Amino acid sequence: MTYLTNITRSEGDPKVVRSGPSSLASSDRLARGLGWFSLGLGLFELLAPHKITRALGMEGKEGLVRAYGAREISSGVLCLTAEKNVGLWSRVGGDAVDIATLMPAMREDNPKRDNVALALAAVAGITLLDIAGAEAATVRHKRSPGNRQQYRDRSGFPKGLQASRGAAKEFQAPRSSAALRARSSAKAA
Amino acid sequence: MKALVWHGKEDIRCDTVSDPKIEDPRDAIVKVTSCAICGSDLHLFHNYIPAMMPGDVMGHEMMGEVVEVGSGVNGHLRKGERIVVPFTIICGECDQCKRGNFSVCERSNRKKNLAEKVFGHATAGLFGYTHLTGGYPGGQAEYLRVPFADATHIKVPDSLTDEQALFLGDIFPTGWQAAVQCDIEPTDTVAVWGCGPVGQMAIRSAILLGAEQVIAIDCISERLGMAEAGGAITINFMEESVIERLSELTGGKGPEKCIDAIGMEAHVSPSQPDTVLDRAKQMMLLENDRPHVLREMIYVCRPGGTISIPGVYSGLADKIPLGQLMNKGLTIRTGQTHVNRWTDDLVRRIEEGQIDPSFVITHTVSLEQGPEMYKVFRDKQDNCIKVVLKP
Repeated sequence: MTYLTNITRSEGDPKVVRSGPSSLASSDRLARGLGWFSLGLGLFELLAPHKITRALGMEGKEGLVRAYGAREISSGVLCLTAEKNVGLWSRVGGDAVDIATLMPAMREDNPKRDNVALALAAVAGITLLDIAGAEAATVRHKRSPGNRQQYRDRSGFPKGLQASRGAAKEFQAPRSSAALRARSSAKAA
Repeated sequence: MKALVWHGKEDIRCDTVSDPKIEDPRDAIVKVTSCAICGSDLHLFHNYIPAMMPGDVMGHEMMGEVVEVGSGVNGHLRKGERIVVPFTIICGECDQCKRGNFSVCERSNRKKNLAEKVFGHATAGLFGYTHLTGGYPGGQAEYLRVPFADATHIKVPDSLTDEQALFLGDIFPTGWQAAVQCDIEPTDTVAVWGCGPVGQMAIRSAILLGAEQVIAIDCISERLGMAEAGGAITINFMEESVIERLSELTGGKGPEKCIDAIGMEAHVSPSQPDTVLDRAKQMMLLENDRPHVLREMIYVCRPGGTISIPGVYSGLADKIPLGQLMNKGLTIRTGQTHVNRWTDDLVRRIEEGQIDPSFVITHTVSLEQGPEMYKVFRDKQDNCIKVVLKP
């Protein structure tokens, strides 16, 4: 992408020659991947619930699948934001709900039982990935509970706080550059 | 050269880029000796402000040594001179610059057409701050091209270290302007929301300008500790009610002057339900900013008081209580900082020992560590308040 945007830059502006290390960690990239996956799956559930219910032998549950689609989309959006750990943990919660919904479809008389088993295996795999991603993102972006510096020695006033109270109260804001220049010259004189 | 480059949301990289070159006779090239990560860089990091392009060099707080000058700089700047580069690029000649309104310079934004469509009128060009403000490469790099360099500089006296001078380019005059805009009187209570670097500078400026009482509001203990060291009474909004405590500290009248050093990214917490709603709207692209602080300031400010907003807002914000604002007769003053309007005076105050802005630095690292420090600063890890980078 930078090679394309390089074309738009003026002659004297720096252009990317070689890319270096990024602020994005692997946990951030995983969250991003899972976020896009969530968005894709959510859209599919919203737009084509019949295909899913037919494949799983769960006809009549289209409304529920649509609701899960909306849930997937909101989790996906969260995974793509700075609050990615919230998005990933909401995905873990969603996985549990998905498993709970699929379990009853494993009944003996369901002709699509094999598909349900496959779906359960897929959800279980994704759940593990979600848990790993959520834990990694939480650790990476958490404020460690360790030592808190209070910086109580950093007043910023070399002459001390009391001596500094009102030290600039003579200040009057200059109304224009001309006034500012005039004041500077007066001081210099 | 090495530079910190924006590649997308939360993706800053330390890249190898081509060296900047003089394009215009009024340009100069500066070898950057110190630069810093600003709180407003985080809005770009989160991609909340539109018109960044992959490959844009970040940074608008920088200083260094002049290594090359264009033929039109006309002796205003010489090779070898040590300067701080203000984040606002100024021509020094237009009507607005003559009035001292440097942050709305009429000539320095080279992408004026784009800015006019979004803002109605173009504002000044800024370093490293989107293509709405000119798309100028920033100073988190080894070298920087300074356009209109004959006007866009602050000369640094030899007596000041880089650490003392660096913040003259942004956060010190920003905090100062926020306090000056309050027209502080000796009986005033000034409440400052946000104890990040600009909030810290605003607190010290209010103390210097003679406020009777300065109150600092945040939820990060190390920031509150630093605010207390600077003379503020502190309120941790996660532990106590801001409205009740402000009322208690002002005899039920509310602070006369309120400063919003937070801007568009107010802390999201279920204890402040409006922030949750704002965040949800932001995610759905229904709102740009989370103006919780602005709402709270309008509510608590004493009638007839002043609200000063140095915090960055990017676009549209919902549920601003205009009825309270109007009926209480509040004055709102805001704007990007007119850096050069204040700096002669502030340089003198640093030299005289009235203030030493280096107090705010908590981390000094190499440019290569910059990408990781964006994350540390954003997540407020390792007691981080201000990061200085040494290219």
